[in-house]
Amino acid sequence: MRRVLPVAIVALAALFGVALAAAMLELPPHAVRLPDDVAANIAASGVAHPITAVLLNFRGYDTLLEIAVLLLALFGVLALVKPHAARAAHPAHPLLQTLARLLAPLMVLVAGYLLWVGAIAPGGAFQAGAVLAAAGVLLRLAGLLPAWVAPTLLLRVGLALGLLVFVAVAAAVLGHATLLTYPPALAGGLILMVEAALTLSIGLTLAALYLASTEVRP
Amino acid sequence: MSAALAFDLLIIAALVWSAARALTVADLFRGVVLFIVFGLLMALAWARLGAPDIALAEAAIGAGLTGALLLDAVGHLRAKREPEA
Repeated sequence: MRRVLPVAIVALAALFGVALAAAMLELPPHAVRLPDDVAANIAASGVAHPITAVLLNFRGYDTLLEIAVLLLALFGVLALVKPHAARAAHPAHPLLQTLARLLAPLMVLVAGYLLWVGAIAPGGAFQAGAVLAAAGVLLRLAGLLPAWVAPTLLLRVGLALGLLVFVAVAAAVLGHATLLTYPPALAGGLILMVEAALTLSIGLTLAALYLASTEVRP
Repeated sequence: MSAALAFDLLIIAALVWSAARALTVADLFRGVVLFIVFGLLMALAWARLGAPDIALAEAAIGAGLTGALLLDAVGHLRAKREPEA
């Protein structure tokens, strides 16, 4: 019996794989021409890069919910952290500290560039936020950033800023049309504003996920 | 065989190999390092597929931040195990 079970599982998995491959081959080529739709409407989106246009304008609702989920994930991590006094950071090697001091401002600059360039080329809020968060993680590993458990009021505002600005913009355009339908004349500015707030919040949230989880003790 | 095709086949082989090794290797630390390698190769694959946006996100989040979190988790597990040994 013990021998039969793994063989049966492997056989079933292989069968499933074959079925998946067959289903992929059965798909009609280009059932939906989404790239054409995007290209046709890109002029009204306020940005020139199709990915940013989809993420922040055409499917802005998805991105709004994504940010809310990210914030909820951080709440879950913070709920797991036992309250105690934040420990001082471990002093790291001086070489690492110097490198982190040199790299952190550069990473902030790169994040700003990625945010700005998102309107016309690959980039955008999520990538910029990830670079910001990486700077935070690097500073923490170098022992330059103290660990925290209870976020201060300023930090809470920063964490929620992206979602709040996004919701505020989404609600503000309700008067003209439906949720998140920007007026074309203002779309570029609104998207940049939302993305700037998102970058800050995503960077803080991702860094906080790391900083808070390093404090979890069973 | 063109150079581009050879490069793509190399990426595919390295992806499958690093994914399989990351799951089967006994040492957790090696598993995490292989996972980071897998993430960076995946970013390369996305770039080859003409999706630079996803490649950027994969490199920054998949390989970078997730790798840092997993390495930290391995460190915690080691610190917990050492007093017993």
